Amino acid sequence: MSNAPVDKGRRRFLTVATSVVGGAGAVAAAVPFIASWNPSARARIAGAPVEMKIDKIEPGQLVRTEWRGSPVWVIRRTPEMLESLSLTDDEVRDPESEQPQQPEYAKNKHRSIDPEWFVAVGVCTHLGCSPQFLPRNFGDMDGVDSGFFCPCHGSRFDIAGRVFQGVPAPTNLVVPPYYFIDDATILIGEDEGAA
Amino acid sequence: MSRIMNWIDERIPFSNSLKLHVTQYPAPKNFNFWYIMGSLALVVLVNQIVTGIWLTMNYNPSADGAFASIEYIMRDVDYGWLLRYMHSTGASAFFVVVYLHMFRGLMYGSYQRPRELLWIFGMLIFLVLMAEAFMGYLLPWGQMSFWGAQVIISLFGAIPFVGEELTTWIRGDFVISGATLNRFFALHVIALPLVLVILVFLHLIALHEVGSNNPDGIDIKKPKGSVPDDEKAPFEFHERYTAKKDIVDAIPFHPYYTVKDLVGLAGFLILFAWVIFFAPTMGGFFLEPPNFQAADPMKTPEHIAPVWYFTPFYAILRAIPDKLFGVIAMFLAIVFLFLMPWWDRCKVRSVRYRSTLHKVNLTVFVISFIALGYLGVKPATDVYTIMARIFTFLYFAFFIVMWFYSKNERTKPLPERVTK
Repeated sequence: MSNAPVDKGRRRFLTVATSVVGGAGAVAAAVPFIASWNPSARARIAGAPVEMKIDKIEPGQLVRTEWRGSPVWVIRRTPEMLESLSLTDDEVRDPESEQPQQPEYAKNKHRSIDPEWFVAVGVCTHLGCSPQFLPRNFGDMDGVDSGFFCPCHGSRFDIAGRVFQGVPAPTNLVVPPYYFIDDATILIGEDEGAA
Repeated sequence: MSRIMNWIDERIPFSNSLKLHVTQYPAPKNFNFWYIMGSLALVVLVNQIVTGIWLTMNYNPSADGAFASIEYIMRDVDYGWLLRYMHSTGASAFFVVVYLHMFRGLMYGSYQRPRELLWIFGMLIFLVLMAEAFMGYLLPWGQMSFWGAQVIISLFGAIPFVGEELTTWIRGDFVISGATLNRFFALHVIALPLVLVILVFLHLIALHEVGSNNPDGIDIKKPKGSVPDDEKAPFEFHERYTAKKDIVDAIPFHPYYTVKDLVGLAGFLILFAWVIFFAPTMGGFFLEPPNFQAADPMKTPEHIAPVWYFTPFYAILRAIPDKLFGVIAMFLAIVFLFLMPWWDRCKVRSVRYRSTLHKVNLTVFVISFIALGYLGVKPATDVYTIMARIFTFLYFAFFIVMWFYSKNERTKPLPERVTK
């Protein structure tokens, strides 16, 4: 054993260096534990786009499908429904769809590629319940007969999924990425030309 | 026998610990009814752990099998129904005794210096308990399990920028699925119980370090040498306690309070057994009707309400019209409780000797908490929303108003020693 005096600076350097290396190791070791909570490969594949036939859908009808485990609605809107959108402009929070709740090509008044076809994720933006589609008897507004009503906390959306003022839901319904493969088929979950 | 004890004591401090924490621990002699809640909570914790272990023996933690395995436990496993109802009723009983335990602390100023850490460990236990109850409620995989979890997890989606990714990370999927169920099961049966037991240990260590408060809020440990021998408590206490202080008006925890707690326990078990055998669902408050249907991601129940012990905080969430601020208010409601030792700047602990203003304030707080709990199970109509806003305001006002008046509060004169 050496009787040389303790070199405090050297000891301090070694303590700090060891702590830093050990700390980096601890952080690196935490990565697999945290990353393993992400959706697994299987869950990610289950989140792949879904195809849907739309040639049998009647005007005013809503058809549900499932994408990433959430209900997705496809609605063929009637002319009356589209007209009602001008009436709700002043009553909704975000009439111009400024919030990024939709792809660029659905950032318009009717929130869709083709005005007739409305595609949306059927999950309330408040706390994730699934709103009801009310094709008539929506409320007491003249000329507005249809819309969506969430039974959980009473949020209301017009027929373009735009949230009304004074309800708990903060934003419009989410429009998923989608495109028309042909006149009779729609692909939900992917932008045109993405893959 | 004593030879065996000696052999053990030479290797671990067994007898000494027993004396230090049980047979020679000085507890104030004036404990009342409110002081049985701590030991009741401990009994309920043991009940939850034991019945929980037995339930895992037949439970199947998977999206396909969970709901059916609960029915299997209820119908086909001998006494499975009893074990499950002991566990589900135990969850509600846990919150009953913990809420009463917390109210006791508020009433007698048990959070005040030097018991701040004791209070904080207690609040951490409360927090972990809520997480434990929330995750446990998903496991039966009923409609309310599923949609309740859906609502609570999407609360994290309100956090700016990372919210969406965070909720996906918590769920392990784009929706609540088997992945969520499995991780909640792991946390519910392994991770959180371990944390809970460690926190309970720390809570007790902190309690025994600073000593128990009492309904008068008067210290029973006086400066060394200030008390004549004939006024000291006539019991032998551990020298850890007597070395630096003179102890008055105290009795050893065992046998005096173990016996008292046993009486309280008997009364508690009568009520507990009554619920298990005659009202296990408690009219839909302990087990909610939609949970008797299997989870269906495509169909939301008409009305989603959390279990009763979460409803006060849920009512605060709903009272705020903005999602992010609603979530913040809900978490603040708990943070404010954590900070109790610092809101209250009064030197007098017990409500017995505090001002009328403080008594009124505490009463309004309790009324607000109960009213919010009631509003949380009701649908959010206009009238109920306005009431929820008023009571949310009063809930927070309790802390803030106290910070102002407690500094120079007009208190009653304190007695030298605890009263009868």
